[in-house]
Amino acid sequence: MSDPLPLRPGLIADGDPPRLLGGRCRACGHPHFPRQEACPYCASEDTVAADLSTGGRLWAWTAVTHAPPGYAGEVPYGFGVVELPEGLRVVTRLTEADPERLRRGQKMRMVVVTLAAGDERRALSYAFAPVDDGTVPVASAATEPAATEPAATEPAATQPAMTERAATEPATTAGVP
Amino acid sequence: MTSVEVAGVGLHPFGRFAGKTVTDMGVVAVRAALHEAAVGRGGFQAAFCGTAYGGVATGHKILGALGMTGTPIVDVEAGCASGAAALMLGSAAIRGGQYDTVVVFGVEKMPRGIIRSSFFEPWQEEAGLAATPAYFALRAQRLMHTSGVTKHHLAAVVTKNRRHGVHNPDAMFRSEVDAADVLSSRVVCEPLHLWMLCSPNEGAAAVVLTRGDGDGGRVRVAAAVLRSHLPGAVLSESTPLAGLADDGIPAPSTLAATDAYEEAGLGPHDLDVVECQDTDAARELLSYEELGLCPPGEAAGMLDVGATSVGGRLPVNPSGGLLSKGEPLGASALGQVVELVRQLRGEAGARQVHGARVGLAHTVGRGANAGVVIVRR
Repeated sequence: MSDPLPLRPGLIADGDPPRLLGGRCRACGHPHFPRQEACPYCASEDTVAADLSTGGRLWAWTAVTHAPPGYAGEVPYGFGVVELPEGLRVVTRLTEADPERLRRGQKMRMVVVTLAAGDERRALSYAFAPVDDGTVPVASAATEPAATEPAATEPAATQPAMTERAATEPATTAGVP
Repeated sequence: MTSVEVAGVGLHPFGRFAGKTVTDMGVVAVRAALHEAAVGRGGFQAAFCGTAYGGVATGHKILGALGMTGTPIVDVEAGCASGAAALMLGSAAIRGGQYDTVVVFGVEKMPRGIIRSSFFEPWQEEAGLAATPAYFALRAQRLMHTSGVTKHHLAAVVTKNRRHGVHNPDAMFRSEVDAADVLSSRVVCEPLHLWMLCSPNEGAAAVVLTRGDGDGGRVRVAAAVLRSHLPGAVLSESTPLAGLADDGIPAPSTLAATDAYEEAGLGPHDLDVVECQDTDAARELLSYEELGLCPPGEAAGMLDVGATSVGGRLPVNPSGGLLSKGEPLGASALGQVVELVRQLRGEAGARQVHGARVGLAHTVGRGANAGVVIVRR
């Protein structure tokens, strides 16, 4: 079976750890995601690509209990918003599907997940997973990514651009087995 | 001074009608509104039809079935605010002197369950990011965090609106529910339970607008505003994939309400009755704050003291709201306007808000699109 590809090119930069590909406006300074040419905040076209921080804090969360239209994966699955240190709030799947096991401000890290329909691995997407900081239970070890834990406050600007796909194997299958 | 007056209103009940087409329902609503306005073929110069799922030339099909084509017929899509967008166009055309009389209507026939929207890209659907109720749930959770709203308040919105809906013959659900029933219905997306979410359904509503001098005692359109979103609010109805860590970005509903109050020359304290977007129970409470019906953070308190029940200081959703009527997207906003016109005329029966003279209708949804219409007499 061939390895699944990212759902959409330009969303995820491969690497260790993988990162979301966003942008930053050089005119107004605001970050955005996904990457677009014109700044959504000031309409300037003087924007540059920027890898986003891999770590952030949980800002809002819920669980989806019934498959929404066009979705063939497992339910329930976690869904929420993670706030990144560069001042961006990202809407994302969460690897934790039990709202009771999450809390506001919890440390989260970005992971790559494989979307599946039954036994078929379909595509790679992004999600955020709780970081075990010793204060709350996290998803079982079997669903945790192998990648090393990034610092939650690591600024995106210090990261080198990632131009090559480092691995064809996803870092994790968390979220949708 | 030129005013835009409501010469007639018409409604096809909101519900589920197997075997009926969008055209069938639109015909019922438009015919009723034209009849009430005593307007026939040749009596109007343009038509505006709001629909999101009706398909190509929905307005033409309806007016064609009535033998009334030939004028400009403009189909308008603005998500949940499609009807408000149609009303804005029709009202502005009269105010600007382009037409004397227009027909504005909205229709929809929605399948059950989570709405599938072409707004989302296929990859977003595949990734499970097109989960509309989950966005509602996140908004609800944030409101609970910032405004002291509890699950009991969410249940209380449902019981209030369902109590109002008992007296609305055009509503889909006409039975009261109690809070325990609401809280024991299954969780769709925490904190939202099934009964806290409105049901996408079917229906039609129509309004005939005409130029007047404001002296005829008719209900007037004092404002009809549509606004889109400003970027940056991650949980805005624009459903972006990201936003800024900034809680101060005005919501599209606030933008529309601010413009509408200015256009009408009045403020929220002048309102007697409100029909607002209660797609889910939290959305109604959020609307109190976004429309300026109460100060930020005080929506729960406003509900607690019964201010927004019929008989209270400012009844909200005396029609039963979308929680009782269901939500046929394109018909939703004009259904609210029909309710307000009947309220202002004193024709609302057991759900009448006594002495109502100024009413506000609010819709907000995908786009983002927010519509605010103010009617008065």
